[in-house]
Amino acid sequence: MSKSYRDGLPVTSEEFVHQLMRLRRGSIGRRDFLGLTGLGIATAVLGRELGLAPTPARAAENLGDRMSIATWPNYHDPATFENFTKDTGVAVEVNVFGSNEEMLAKLQAGGSGWSLFVPTNYTISTYRKLDLIDQLDMAKLTNFDAKSEDARFTAEGTIEGVVYAVPKNWGTTGFAVNTKKLTKPMTSWKEFWDTAMAEGDGRTMVHDYQLTTIGNALKYFGFSFNSLKPDELAKAEELLIKVKPHLFAVSSDYQPAMRAGDAWMTMCWTNDGAQLHRDIPEIAYVLGKEGGEIWTDFYAIPKDAPNKPAGYALLNHLMNPQVAVKEHIANGAPCTDARVNALLPKEVLENPILYPAAELLTPLEFGAAATLTDPSRAELMARFKSA
Amino acid sequence: MPGSPLRRKLLTTLLLAPAGAWLIVFLVLPFIAIIIFSVGERAPEGGYQAALTLTQYANLPARAAAFWNTLILAPVGAFACLLVAYPVAYYLALKASQRWRLILLALIVIPFWTSLLMRTYAWMYILGGRGIPTLLAYVGIEDLRLINTPGAVLLGIVYGYLPLMILPIYVSLERLDRRLLEASADLGAKPVSTFFGITFRLSLPGVTTGFSLVMILLLGEYLIPTMLGGGKVFFLGNALVDLFLQSRNWPFGSAIAVTLVLVSVVVLIIANRVSSRFSGARQVDLI
Repeated sequence: MSKSYRDGLPVTSEEFVHQLMRLRRGSIGRRDFLGLTGLGIATAVLGRELGLAPTPARAAENLGDRMSIATWPNYHDPATFENFTKDTGVAVEVNVFGSNEEMLAKLQAGGSGWSLFVPTNYTISTYRKLDLIDQLDMAKLTNFDAKSEDARFTAEGTIEGVVYAVPKNWGTTGFAVNTKKLTKPMTSWKEFWDTAMAEGDGRTMVHDYQLTTIGNALKYFGFSFNSLKPDELAKAEELLIKVKPHLFAVSSDYQPAMRAGDAWMTMCWTNDGAQLHRDIPEIAYVLGKEGGEIWTDFYAIPKDAPNKPAGYALLNHLMNPQVAVKEHIANGAPCTDARVNALLPKEVLENPILYPAAELLTPLEFGAAATLTDPSRAELMARFKSA
Repeated sequence: MPGSPLRRKLLTTLLLAPAGAWLIVFLVLPFIAIIIFSVGERAPEGGYQAALTLTQYANLPARAAAFWNTLILAPVGAFACLLVAYPVAYYLALKASQRWRLILLALIVIPFWTSLLMRTYAWMYILGGRGIPTLLAYVGIEDLRLINTPGAVLLGIVYGYLPLMILPIYVSLERLDRRLLEASADLGAKPVSTFFGITFRLSLPGVTTGFSLVMILLLGEYLIPTMLGGGKVFFLGNALVDLFLQSRNWPFGSAIAVTLVLVSVVVLIIANRVSSRFSGARQVDLI
């Protein structure tokens, strides 16, 4: 669902309500609520303006007093930004987005105001091509250590030997199943789609996102997740249109419906899968054995960033393993940095949702830039949604 | 202070300038930009690339389903609103006591102080599995699904747009000259024929205003079908959001937007004609 039209707000109202509901259900604490919705930061900014907070002593470089970051919902430990503000005096405004395309559209339109943002692997080459992101000045990122990063996940941040982005975390796209409602064990995308038309009739959700919805339909036939071949796409379309009347919803906001028991099965990203399973143990997370998507989210600095010094300072803060480890515990996505993995508690590292067995990871594919911008896939998605 | 004609003209211009500038900057210029976009091409990475072509308009049939769904949803939704709103407006204008009228009007208007997004999100939880279906399960009705059904979308539409329908009808009924009703009764007309011959006809300006207001908003509706319909039914609003924010095909999106504006203008013209034909004297103020 699109979420970017309430620009300038720390969170979209939709996200705000979502967080408010989570607060009411007790699935997050009040402190988290204030942080996630930006109310805490807003209060901090107000406090500073009114002279209520002490002025930070440390001001080695002139970082200004505020900056803005564009990122994803439920993606950070609120304390990360609060500590950064305490250390540097820079208040962080958090903008939450629903899709990479929205971020791209906003950045391309200019004047986004972000000094740091979180693009996914397949968009970085496009940002580079459109000359929207800066080459990173690695000298300013003393906490980053290329040697401790797993090259599999970092490759797409570097284009022709130049580093444009450094990784935040990686993850997979599988599906979540309520095993009390759908008791038959499932291990493949074939079973996902077949169940959607049988026991899961009226209870299955797919993403409102062509990359994953078409990609995982292609996996039914064993084709590449990134396929652009007309005959393969035609078969995927046939499957999608056959499944359409059996679906509960076409939406990427699947947590509420899964939690309420309205939906029993949904396409799902790692961190959502981990959160659902943590709160409702009967919800399992499955990686299709045919493959599917693996992804990495990166940090990058926009060319027109209004406060680059603060952008670098926050990025360096986030690359500190002591900070990053708390980020990972909070958002639940697996980490690319060996130094951070060494600090993570055992139950996180042994959680098969976060760190799946190697043989399940082998067939996974990174989404390609061409897959995302391909007009024929966009038209296919429109035909699916209007069918 | 009576000034010279020139000074008066200057004053008029000055007073109109802010509104005129507003309209030019925020309506006319963006619309021209949209028209220019609509004859362009999609750049390889998405967005707009200058061109002069009618390809985008020729491509409109690719969204025929969205046009069709929208052209059905808009009048059906507006009609459902009308059915619910008319009795309320009638009661408010003709039956309620002064005190009750104020209280009821406040109750109708106050929800408007909260954003439609918030109120629609609330419906998601009311209709969702832990809402009404849980209550119904206590009385033995199990496994009923309300959310993501066409009924839920219709409910959301009627709920969301009801005040926009009630208020214009209320205003036109409130001005109704009651002596006409007495005259009708004196001349032996039954209540039903008085209603259709006098009350309803005289309230038509309000009805058409409300109807076209709701219908035009519904032509661009995006939120309610997405949130209460599960995004399974594709309306023009959804097509536009996808084209601008997902596949980033701005020229095609612009062509659809221009067509949508044209359709809205046609709706307004028809509403205006209908209204003035039936009500005779009074003009509707929409265009």
